[in-house]
Amino acid sequence: MPMSNVPISNVIMRAACLLVAAALIALSPATQASTEENRLANGMRVVVKTDRRAPVVVVMLWYKVGSVDEVNGVTGVAHALEHMMFKGTKSIKAGEFSRIISAAGGRENAFTSHDATGYVETLQSSQLELALKLEADRMNNLVLSPEEFSKEIKVVMEERRWRTEDRPRSLVFEALKATALTAHPYRRPVIGWMSDLETMTVNDAADFYRRWYAPNNALLVVVGDVEPREVFALVEKYFGPIPARALPVRKPQTEPVQRGARRVTVKAPAELPYVVMAFRAPPLRDAERDWEPYALDMLAAVLDGNEAARLNRTLVRGERVANSVGASYDGIARGPGLFYLIAIPTRGRTAAEVESALRREMAKIIEEGVTEEELNRVKAQAIAAQVYQRDSMSFQAQQIGSLEMAGVPHSTIDVQLKKLREVTPEQVRKVARKYFRDEALTIVQLAPQPLSTRRPVAPPAGVRHGR
Amino acid sequence: MGVERWLIGLLVLALAGPAAAILPIQHWQTAGGARVYFVENHDLPMLDLSVEFPAGAAYDSAEKSGAASLTNGLLRLGADGMNEDEIARGLADIGAQLGASSGTDRAGLSLRTLSSARERRQALDTFARILRNPSFPQDVIEREKVRLIGALKEADTKPSTIVGVNFYRLVYRDHPYALRSSGEVATVETLTRDDLVSFYQRYYDRRYAVVALMGDITRGEAEAIAEEVTRDLPQGNGAEPPLPAVSRLDAGVRRFIAHPASQAHILIGAPGIRRGDPDYFPLYVGNHVLGGGGFVSRIIEEVRQKRGLAYSAYSYFSPLKRAGPFVIGMQTKREQAGEALRVVDSTLREFVTNGPTEEELGATKRNIIGSFPLRIDSNRKIHGYLALIGFYRLPLSYLEDFAENVERVTIADIKDAFARRVDPERMVTVVVGPQSEQPAAAAAR
Repeated sequence: MPMSNVPISNVIMRAACLLVAAALIALSPATQASTEENRLANGMRVVVKTDRRAPVVVVMLWYKVGSVDEVNGVTGVAHALEHMMFKGTKSIKAGEFSRIISAAGGRENAFTSHDATGYVETLQSSQLELALKLEADRMNNLVLSPEEFSKEIKVVMEERRWRTEDRPRSLVFEALKATALTAHPYRRPVIGWMSDLETMTVNDAADFYRRWYAPNNALLVVVGDVEPREVFALVEKYFGPIPARALPVRKPQTEPVQRGARRVTVKAPAELPYVVMAFRAPPLRDAERDWEPYALDMLAAVLDGNEAARLNRTLVRGERVANSVGASYDGIARGPGLFYLIAIPTRGRTAAEVESALRREMAKIIEEGVTEEELNRVKAQAIAAQVYQRDSMSFQAQQIGSLEMAGVPHSTIDVQLKKLREVTPEQVRKVARKYFRDEALTIVQLAPQPLSTRRPVAPPAGVRHGR
Repeated sequence: MGVERWLIGLLVLALAGPAAAILPIQHWQTAGGARVYFVENHDLPMLDLSVEFPAGAAYDSAEKSGAASLTNGLLRLGADGMNEDEIARGLADIGAQLGASSGTDRAGLSLRTLSSARERRQALDTFARILRNPSFPQDVIEREKVRLIGALKEADTKPSTIVGVNFYRLVYRDHPYALRSSGEVATVETLTRDDLVSFYQRYYDRRYAVVALMGDITRGEAEAIAEEVTRDLPQGNGAEPPLPAVSRLDAGVRRFIAHPASQAHILIGAPGIRRGDPDYFPLYVGNHVLGGGGFVSRIIEEVRQKRGLAYSAYSYFSPLKRAGPFVIGMQTKREQAGEALRVVDSTLREFVTNGPTEEELGATKRNIIGSFPLRIDSNRKIHGYLALIGFYRLPLSYLEDFAENVERVTIADIKDAFARRVDPERMVTVVVGPQSEQPAAAAAR
């Protein structure tokens, strides 16, 4: 669909997708292509990765600000501001940004996640300067008009309806995050609660822009057929004059220890139940010294990294208790990590049945561990994937940026692959034993409701339906 | 020649008119008659391969709707003495990625593998065995039917599914393009192993196979691979399976289907064009202005930018072997469905009557031509074009001629083509959500 402004890396959505993507983001190219880095006097960082396979460049400007930096009552403002970034500056009218990029043969997009906000232009490499000039302009000169905001916030509300309100499985993930976490802002949806969107003003977006959109809070990633020195010179020319600003203090908002399982039911029109179990698990912090995140990655892959992986083989193919299954781990994040197990029961089977089947598979790993053969298989997949990933320039830019936003240097990409290859069956068993505990579990199930043509009445007590 | 060189050649072409070949596509036939399309490139140590057939849902009958898709899905679930887990493990052990796809016209298998000798050999061996000798195990078929029926029943609760299913039924009526590619619950229930075996025997015919290869192998290796993966495929006596022509709509149809979702899901459209249609370029370029150009198209401008009515609003032509659909789509809060329909209708009528402005046409051409390198900047994308050109028998110079074909489109061409091919009076409109255009009635409890 020809849409931009899509928050592609909403962590909630990412978790619902294939695990392999999540697992492999921690892997990466053994970088044959060179990466060079620079920092401007105003604190802005630039990473350039040369890839000369095509005369194309991907420009990805990351701001280290996402929904995690919002406060209650103004949830969704990071994403709403992302939409407003296309609505004009002191020198460019609303909508002109997209027109200029388009007429230059380019494509533009943007995304907002819990951790970061990103803006992307893909063009012929000869048009690099245009993209940098436009991005520098809107970093410093955005004009936020009440008229444009009042229209765009309606678009955002439509987006929330489309993305969440009318999708039962999205509601499950929203309820899951809001339940698994109590203090940490990952508990709030990236798109924001509907009532916050309804009451948001242009001033909320302007405040957020003034606080966070500064060169010293930005990382520019450029991948493509470019000369690093030329990129650095152009970046200096356009971004160099923008002054650094003092950034707000980020409070840790540490999530307290969980002291018991939490269970929630979401009722929505559907045919099949849907069960998501989420365990608190540590994200990657120190790429050299940590080992648990790599073992968790491998654990997720052993469970769901290929069609013959444990969950699919036993629950879907063998016992036929599940229509589909999944496992994933969010290891690259500024905040707390979660390890997910997902199952959809076969028609006629219940949520309780797939839950106990998932629990049995966890117990099996805790008691018996995983085999060397299984582990070698998912390592082979990871090693091949790092070659395949080099086929996509935007993936490479995405990978560098998302690591950096989570505080993990992109220069550790090769180290991460090495560490992953060193994971032992015993380490996988250890992390399973340590983190698959009821005390750290949140479980949400979708209870399918008949598809009546009546509107839903009120959300069940305790669960935020968003409506 | 490396990708780099010919892509730069392309850039020169885009700026200076036709020159050398953009993409050196090599083409030949196997001994068994399969058509092969190959681009050699050694930048990355990997290979992309696909083998496709005229075996998509268009070849399903109404009674056995879903056979095409189920046949395709079963290939990887048992073949040549290997069970489904052995197949999956064998591929994962070497990091190979197997894909199975079944669309409207086409169906087949694809493979991505490292090009190093051990990995490539093992991946190709498994791939060829799956394609040539699938076993269609009875108990796996039973299981997959149950899973599919569950997924269909789930999909049938979603407004996005309901709008699509009804739209295609109304646009294509008794043409096979009206059939849902996954089949219906009632038809899937009746499918038997024999149905799948005979579908495979009839449609996975080596004479109509299209093999596309992109990546780190030589011409000699490509030839051997193409022979190996198509050798021993079924071979029938009949002609290439025919598809009936699509008839135009006699009149417009409007249908409202009640659903409790907060948004109305809207599709508007009619039969459009086939691949290789002489009107393709005027319609493609014109539609880019109308609703295909992302944020700079008229539909998004009117619906989203000016009025905030929708997050997503678009139009496209989807050319197929026979006339594929012209589609306008959006989702909007159910209470404002009527307003959104009126805005889109007047936008379409205005465009069909007057066409784009000079300024719009110029900007659109600059975008399409200027972004051309982005279409072929990865092995995956190039492989996709090889498969497309091969299946639809487009000229090998399709990409080479693309910029020139876009450049020569005039406003008069666009107006003429739209006038003949898009009739706002004869469109199918399906709205899922409100029961009628009157929001008051829709909101009644």
